[in-house]
Amino acid sequence: MGLIKADEMTLNIGPQHPSTHGVLRLKVKTDGEIVSEITPVIGYLHRCFEKHCEYLTYEQVIPFTDRCDYIAAMNNNFGYVVAVEKMMDIQVPERVEYIRIIMAELNRIASHLLALGTFGLDVGAYTPFLYMFRDRERILDLFEITCGARLLYNYMWIGGVSHDLPVGFVEATYRFLDEFEKKSEEYHNILSYNKIFIERTADVGVLPKDVAIDYGVTGPNLRGSGVKWDLRKDEPYSIYEKFKFEVPVGQGLMGSVGDSWDRYWVRAEEMKESVKIVRQALDKMPRKGDVHEALPKRVRPPQGSIYFRTESPRGDLGYYIISDGKDKPVRVKMRSPAFTALSALSEIASGWMLSDVLVVLGSLDIVLGEIDR
Amino acid sequence: MNVNQKVSQIVEEKFPGSVIIPEEPQNDFIQLNSEKWNEIAKFLKTESALKFDSCQCITGVDLGAETEKLEVRYNFHSTKHLHKVEIRIATDRKRPSIPSVEQIWRVADWFEREVYDMYGIRFKGHRDLRRMLLPDDWKGWPLRKDYKTPQTYNGMKVPKVRKGWD
Repeated sequence: MGLIKADEMTLNIGPQHPSTHGVLRLKVKTDGEIVSEITPVIGYLHRCFEKHCEYLTYEQVIPFTDRCDYIAAMNNNFGYVVAVEKMMDIQVPERVEYIRIIMAELNRIASHLLALGTFGLDVGAYTPFLYMFRDRERILDLFEITCGARLLYNYMWIGGVSHDLPVGFVEATYRFLDEFEKKSEEYHNILSYNKIFIERTADVGVLPKDVAIDYGVTGPNLRGSGVKWDLRKDEPYSIYEKFKFEVPVGQGLMGSVGDSWDRYWVRAEEMKESVKIVRQALDKMPRKGDVHEALPKRVRPPQGSIYFRTESPRGDLGYYIISDGKDKPVRVKMRSPAFTALSALSEIASGWMLSDVLVVLGSLDIVLGEIDR
Repeated sequence: MNVNQKVSQIVEEKFPGSVIIPEEPQNDFIQLNSEKWNEIAKFLKTESALKFDSCQCITGVDLGAETEKLEVRYNFHSTKHLHKVEIRIATDRKRPSIPSVEQIWRVADWFEREVYDMYGIRFKGHRDLRRMLLPDDWKGWPLRKDYKTPQTYNGMKVPKVRKGWD
């Protein structure tokens, strides 16, 4: 065993490559088709987010959080503003809380749609990608009528949101949810239970539970490994404790627990749960109220620090904020879930074929903007 | 008694002299000596009453050029007992060095590299301490408060920050 060893070859995947989901370089050591070592090289999208924050006031940081994770900008806004509100002890009006949750969950659906679509694309399924983009478009339209932006919203402000919901938003969202619920079954038929897709993803890149925790992998990737951990349930922030929803975890339906298919499946199921949350929120939301009511005149959190995390579509999104009582933060650190997920790539994908590495990478659903900040 | 106080007591019992008690009493964090950090970290992860198996975040902090200190803050969480703790370790600004916990929590590998990249804090025992986000030939530690933006990088002129932002 192991006596015959062909020449090892180092191969570069990226920085410009359609399957790396951004500007990521993978230094891959290959022995024939088998990959023995993967070294991710990151930093190509580094835009000095944390350095900029030291020169900006607290409100001015919000648009930068958009640009970190541009697929789920609402969720990134959400984590940051809730952290600052916690520091300043601001109570936001009930209507604002509901609006935020509606937006965050809609964005979660949009983000998962993109994740699943591009994952399908990675394994060679083109049609589901187009179907999912068609539905993602509907969500972006909803965001557009609300705040004018389709990708980078700057929607959540400290103490409120930038615009109230426009006339017709609630009806349009109900309509979207009704149609979307039917479509999530369609996705299962077109992609999840597709024979070729299962062959490519089941049992590939298994991430055991303890390794996942050791590498700080969170969110759908962790739940794919069978750990029932969701901050919305386990450490509820905002008003998540008022909603009824399930936390889907990987069960190894097609292979073993924690494989690429499980990670995919958790996302597909999570979209259904998000639909449930949005529906409940729309039902219960107070119909009237001023969304600018609790906006503070000046944002100057008292001296101290906070580490606060929320559940973004990619996992635990943490902000470490230090304030010295002035209008600019001393330090804003973003703990990005995709960063930790990528650090585990070498552990998961080593020993697999080169074509499987890209499958595993796709199943981790990374966003390079958030990794490089 | 909150978790930070409890953990602080347990650690002080096991490793006398390692917990630094601040002038003003507080219970948001535990300030530790860097000396035995590696052993303490192992203890935090394995001790049955603590079991901090998940390293949430490692943050480098510079509280001003006049303080002579740099600080690293660790946020840990236990998926068993569902409690969390924040640990702070200060180090000298001139020769910043802290024992690495990279082999205890694998996630610390990249976190420590990032802190090194931004603050120049050397993590003793880290097996692969390289720059993370910045290019390998970058000079200086950008997130330190006394960092001066260089005029040029490899012969290319660095554009000035617009005045209104200063």
